[in-house]
Amino acid sequence: MKESDPILEVENLSASTDNLPILKGVSLTVYPGEIHAIMGRNGCGKSTLSKIIAGHPSYNITNGDIKFLGENINSLEPEDRAQSGIFLGFQYPIEIPGVSNLEFLRVSTNARRKFLNKEELDTFDFEELVKEKLEIVKMDHAFLSRSVNQGFSGGEKKRNEILQMALLEPKIAILDETDSGLDIDALRIVASGIKKISNAQTGIILITHYQRLLDEIKPNYVHVMSDGQIIKTGDSNLALKLEEKGYEWTDNFIKET
Amino acid sequence: MVNENLVKDVVKEPYKYGFVTDIETEKIAKGLNEDIVRLISQKKEEPKFLLDFRLKAFKKWQKMKEPDWAALGYKKIDYQDIIYYSAPKQKEKISSLDEVDPKLLETFDKLGIPLTEQKKLTNVAVDAVFDSVSIATTFREELAEHGVIFCSISEAVKNHSDLIEKYLGTVVPASDNYFAALNSAVFSDGSFVYIPKGVTCPMDLSSYFRINSGDSGQFERTLIIAEESSSVSYLEGCTAPMFDTNTLHAAVVELIALDDASIKYSTVQNWYAGDEEGIGGIFNFVTKRGKCLGKRSKISWSQVETGSAITWKYPSCLLLGEESVGEFYSVALTNNLQQADTGTKMIHIGPKTKSTIVSKGISAGKSINSYRGLVKMGTKATGSRNYSQCDSMLIGDQASANTFPYIKSQQPNSEIEHEASTCRISEDQLFYLQSRGIEFEEAVSMMVSGFCRDVFNQLPMEFAAEADKLLALKLEGSVG
Repeated sequence: MKESDPILEVENLSASTDNLPILKGVSLTVYPGEIHAIMGRNGCGKSTLSKIIAGHPSYNITNGDIKFLGENINSLEPEDRAQSGIFLGFQYPIEIPGVSNLEFLRVSTNARRKFLNKEELDTFDFEELVKEKLEIVKMDHAFLSRSVNQGFSGGEKKRNEILQMALLEPKIAILDETDSGLDIDALRIVASGIKKISNAQTGIILITHYQRLLDEIKPNYVHVMSDGQIIKTGDSNLALKLEEKGYEWTDNFIKET
Repeated sequence: MVNENLVKDVVKEPYKYGFVTDIETEKIAKGLNEDIVRLISQKKEEPKFLLDFRLKAFKKWQKMKEPDWAALGYKKIDYQDIIYYSAPKQKEKISSLDEVDPKLLETFDKLGIPLTEQKKLTNVAVDAVFDSVSIATTFREELAEHGVIFCSISEAVKNHSDLIEKYLGTVVPASDNYFAALNSAVFSDGSFVYIPKGVTCPMDLSSYFRINSGDSGQFERTLIIAEESSSVSYLEGCTAPMFDTNTLHAAVVELIALDDASIKYSTVQNWYAGDEEGIGGIFNFVTKRGKCLGKRSKISWSQVETGSAITWKYPSCLLLGEESVGEFYSVALTNNLQQADTGTKMIHIGPKTKSTIVSKGISAGKSINSYRGLVKMGTKATGSRNYSQCDSMLIGDQASANTFPYIKSQQPNSEIEHEASTCRISEDQLFYLQSRGIEFEEAVSMMVSGFCRDVFNQLPMEFAAEADKLLALKLEGSVG
């Protein structure tokens, strides 16, 4: 594996849920250091693509391949994908009553560390690590003693996602509408957090509706999805054009193809 | 659905305690009649008052009907097809542990309850009951120095008959219910605890009940008396081999707390639950009740119920003394075709009495898990309070949970509060944890422990860890 090899290759991917086709031949390649943005109307398959890459059991791959670091991961369990470095930032982070956030973060971090042949952290060492990472998302220590996402505000939930990303140090992070429901300040915190965590060896896929996140994190590529396909790929100017003209503008591309 | 194959694999996870000890036993003939009751009493060389107690109970039992109000379905029990007394053959009189059959010691070793002087648990005294008899009780001398009596109930009948005569059947009368009457007639052994006035028991006391034979029932009887200003923490554990027939277990536990005394009674019940088809397993019909006789006395039940094919059990508190306190903390887990109908009764009789009920029911597989509870405020229970919280968790889409809370208040100046909730472990929650690298099984057990936290916090420390592990083991692969 060379450093210039792609991290993620999605090849002509089709997928369905309950026999309903959602993805209809998506191809996407992410190299180290790249930031990709995926835009498109609600229901176009953006979130589905992110969930399938992370291994959600509700979807069936009907055609095509997902390769991570050159290996086909089509049938890999979600936990194995996560341990090997795929991270999905949820659009709606799930609440888990009774499970302490701190314990959840520790178990999760250790699962990744174990995969990387790094020493697993005990409660004390983990406290140290998490303290440092809390800084990145400007979160209060008190969040750790609460149940996972329970009673968190929308912004707190999203910051908790970025905290997890900071702890897991993934090879690729797919952030599904991480910017939605955030006020300007929270958006800045989240965006600067993402920038701090990513580097020349990681790949990022931002799923978003808004230019404002892309103002903070400038993508190398912008893809527009419609009806389960990527219908146009461009540079960051494509997003600006979309902002200006709206998705209606992209309807013409469908007619063209 | 999620990991279908994984599910099938781990459901077959063998029950760790399912072995049978090959030992020569003394059994009496199957069936139940007055002669059998007399025979049991005779074998145990009991005084007349106890034989009379048994015979009276037997007469009552004959006139009673097996209760059918619980949300349980099981094939009719043939009471004439059960052996009512079974004991491993041993020397007549055993003066020390060295004389106990090594096979028995080995059995308890295997169960994680070493009894010998060198290996015994250091922080807890153990009474080990094998089928119908108590095998050994550790730390007796040390406890005796504090005046604490901890021995088998058979021994207590011989050496402390005054206490037995005074208290036996005063909390759970023989006529209380069908299974209590049966137990009163044929009980074979169990534990006896007496904590004298002002003594805080220097270590936890524990009974370990082991059913070994397949065709005999187990009918143990436990009596705990805490005199004024004394306190004790008592633990109970149980396991049984795997048989494809059902074995009846009908126990009675009576607790008595006098002024300012406190008794904490914790159970981890892990009787064999039957296989995934519902074949075999223990029928567990148990009457447990504590009487807070004294002022400011306190009785606290905590239970983790994971085993048995059928569980019928309502550890209760009679709150007579002014300002006495009753507590019930329960986790009941059912999987496969297990059925549990369990809960508590808090009977507030004295003024300013307080009770707390926290019940967590977890149903997986095709099991049925019901909470049934009664809170009663009597006419004199002025200024009394109850708080109840009953939560159910469903795993998979074929399990069911019921809650039957009964409230009866004859006292306007009292408060009763009841909260209930039902939740399901969702595929999205599992996926969320998995997508953070947490293994499927661990994800389930994390959520279940989270759900049970309030109750686990009440268990003695070493018990809480065991309970946590036990739940994880029982649930392996139950989410499908």
